Amino acid sequence: MSLIVLARNTGYAFGENRLTLAAAVILALLALCALFGPSLAPFDPLTTAAAAKLAPPSTLHPFGTDALGRDILSRVIVAARLDLGMAISAVALSFLVGLALGSLAGYFGGWTDRIVGRVMDTIMAFPLFVLAMGIVVALGNSVLNIIIATMIINLPFYCRFARSAVNVRRDLGYVEAARMGGNGSLMVLLNHIVPNILPPMMVQASLNMGWAILNAAGLSFIGLGVRPPTPEWGIMVSEGASYIISGEWWAFMFPGAALVLAVFCFNMLGDGLRDLLDPRKRV
Amino acid sequence: MAPLLEARSLTKFYPIKRAARGAKLHAVDNVDLMIGAGESVGLVGESGCGKSTIVRLLGRLIDPTAGQILLDGEDITAMSQARFVSTPGRRRIQVVFQDATESLNPSFRAFQSIADPLKRLLGLRKGGEIAKRVRSTAALVGLPQELLQRYPHQLSGGQRARVGIARAIAVEPSLLILDEPTSALDVSVQAVILRLLADLRDRLAMSYLFVSHDLNVVRLLCSRVVVMYLGKIVEIAPAETLFTGPRHPYTQALVAAIPDPARRGEARPRLDGSPTSPIDPDPNACRFYGRCPKSADLCAEAMPPLRAVGPDHFAACHFALSPVGGNP
Amino acid sequence: MAQLEIDNLSVEFRTRHGVVRALESVTLSVARGEIVGVVGESGSGKSVTAYTVMGLNDEAAEITSGRITMGGIDLLAARPEALRELRGREMAMIFQSPRTALNPIRKVGKQIEDVLLEHANLPRRNLKKAAIAALARVRIPDPERRAEAYPFELSGGMCQRVMIAMALACTPSVLIADEPTTGLDVTTQAVIMDLIRDMSRSTRMSTLLITHDLGLAGEYCDRIAVMHAGHIVEIAATETLLDHPAHPYTRQLLAATPVPDSRLYSLTSIPGQLPDLRSALPPCRFSGRCERHQPICDERELPWAQLSPAHIVRCRFPL
Repeated sequence: MSLIVLARNTGYAFGENRLTLAAAVILALLALCALFGPSLAPFDPLTTAAAAKLAPPSTLHPFGTDALGRDILSRVIVAARLDLGMAISAVALSFLVGLALGSLAGYFGGWTDRIVGRVMDTIMAFPLFVLAMGIVVALGNSVLNIIIATMIINLPFYCRFARSAVNVRRDLGYVEAARMGGNGSLMVLLNHIVPNILPPMMVQASLNMGWAILNAAGLSFIGLGVRPPTPEWGIMVSEGASYIISGEWWAFMFPGAALVLAVFCFNMLGDGLRDLLDPRKRV
Repeated sequence: MAPLLEARSLTKFYPIKRAARGAKLHAVDNVDLMIGAGESVGLVGESGCGKSTIVRLLGRLIDPTAGQILLDGEDITAMSQARFVSTPGRRRIQVVFQDATESLNPSFRAFQSIADPLKRLLGLRKGGEIAKRVRSTAALVGLPQELLQRYPHQLSGGQRARVGIARAIAVEPSLLILDEPTSALDVSVQAVILRLLADLRDRLAMSYLFVSHDLNVVRLLCSRVVVMYLGKIVEIAPAETLFTGPRHPYTQALVAAIPDPARRGEARPRLDGSPTSPIDPDPNACRFYGRCPKSADLCAEAMPPLRAVGPDHFAACHFALSPVGGNP
Repeated sequence: MAQLEIDNLSVEFRTRHGVVRALESVTLSVARGEIVGVVGESGSGKSVTAYTVMGLNDEAAEITSGRITMGGIDLLAARPEALRELRGREMAMIFQSPRTALNPIRKVGKQIEDVLLEHANLPRRNLKKAAIAALARVRIPDPERRAEAYPFELSGGMCQRVMIAMALACTPSVLIADEPTTGLDVTTQAVIMDLIRDMSRSTRMSTLLITHDLGLAGEYCDRIAVMHAGHIVEIAATETLLDHPAHPYTRQLLAATPVPDSRLYSLTSIPGQLPDLRSALPPCRFSGRCERHQPICDERELPWAQLSPAHIVRCRFPL
């Protein structure tokens, strides 16, 4: 799709749905934070200042400061990079691997389907978050391992989706026509079927992003994965939670709100993305 | 003169998983069929008769359980259908699918749909060459050039039908199998497409296998008609003869069922009931036994062979002696 | 007196892309025991007509004018509860794709019993017998056993018979059949249409047969109404319509329909396309495609021409 057509369709999709537009704008802001975080942050996210600890929101510190006197706004902005980065990487990997395995299973059936199915069943047999925890513990606390863990637990979701989407289309007229037209099985799958299942899968991916962010944040919340003092929304919520009772609500509220906002916007974007990518809506 | 396509003892059985061990669905059972060069053969029959399976077998989309298909004398069933894709025979047999079943890829523009077989089967690489072929094929089927950039959902039924036909004839096949190509179209558009098909056949010297449930349409386009019932051929005849003097009781019932305004209010014999099961049918009984108005003891004891009952006219019935009924 | 009368009916649909004027000034009547065919291509409005009579239209539909009376009762003015009572008891509809129109998880006998329970005021203990009797009336063999079957166990033709049994269970005075045999084999189609015709005659039921197949209408209908782009263009007795069509569209439709003795090169097509029903339309919606078109056709309101007591055509220059 050329860029002009993409831009035109984008305008069309967003024009139809204001909420999607709003979501996209907010996500763009978050993406900016992710890309330019350190330059945008008013303070150094790591600098501690014992004197200013747990200061409520003010003009100097719009989000207040945390237990070590660090500016929460700066930390929230900088954390965007890590949270969004981990989620996007994990979802992208899950998407690609799930798409590949699911398509092959859905098209060829037989043993391919059985083996892929059993692997996915094994993953899904575990409560997914517990499985993620187990993977991170086994592989070690690091950002990479959070990504791997999140990728693995999300895999069945994409794999099943791709499998049934391909299965439904496998016997359609245009697939038979593609075989008549000289395409071998893999070509049929790649060139003829997959382009048609990408739009619904991307919608799923967008909805899944919210879950992936929560997953990564959740792992950090319980102390696995990202370690302090690295700014990351999950850790910040965890650290701030202990101060709720004493009334210092800003320590967990702002990172929590950032999480909610990010998840909400990805969900909202899901529909808009489908309209954007559906060939039937192209003008 | 050797026929273009010859099917010998073509058989396709599907194993039934849940039923008794070894139970098989007899989709196509020992069919012998010939299509000559430049000939238009119609294939009719009701749902479950096996005509869709024949389309897939002759189109080499599936492999037969038994039997052979010879294209210009060469056995194209000697290799699996996956291998057949890379032989030169693949481009000689093409299928035009029923428009309604999404026979066009929704994410391909019309141009791409027509260009794809050119790239794969004819190995064309250069963009310019491909574009030239696509445009000339589009012109041949009466598809305006500007519609080539459209997606299927932006085209009308008639336009989609033309793209489907263009895609099939772009590679210049010798045999075109048409599977209900006009059943999803309005009657006014159907007329145009049928005339187009007749023109193309004469201009490009193709043979047609025209599969349809609409007997009036088959009568218009085909010189010879094959009637199938429960996986077997029950009658073959020149088109006019089939409609005016059918010999097999099933064909007679079929022809009598065609709505005919000229026969308003006439009470005509009707064929009621449904076909018997295609799963492991009795090999020693006529498939039409029980439902046939003539059902006799002989019919339950011996499968009637397909034998000549007139010039170029074959019927598989023990009693196909004298003509009864039919539309004048 | 006509059992079903549609008088000057106009229906619009409000959609995201504008207002679609789906029907305009549709006038049609069906007498007792008569089978009237409504023939048209896709987009002609024939299904919308059927659904409007039954009151089954989408929420976006608005009836902007006209009256529909059945047995003297004004259907459009009726209260929803009254309409619901009428539907099923006095008027019934059968649809295309019988298997999908039946409830897939309920035995067919039970589905007929549901209809009887709702509309026929039978005591419960008689319901089952009445349902089996309904199945027998549509000539389903072995009705006691078939009543226990689910729709997926029955063939398309059988399912359509069940639907007819359900529709006729309360001997309605009006039956609307919307493409009842599309998708069925031709032999099954013949049996089903014979059945509809026989039931119609024997119970003096007014039947409206919606179809795109002019040949089918030609064999089974007493009168035929031809529709184009939301207008009725011609109504006549069947023989008259087929032999002496007065409207250019009817003539072209006949010329395009293959019948047993057609010749390929005598089949014609109809030039042009359906007009966009959202845009401003000329009084005659066929004028863009009509060979007899004159400027006056676009200026003044389209008149009805009564060519004979039973033959009306909506054209300024009928054939």
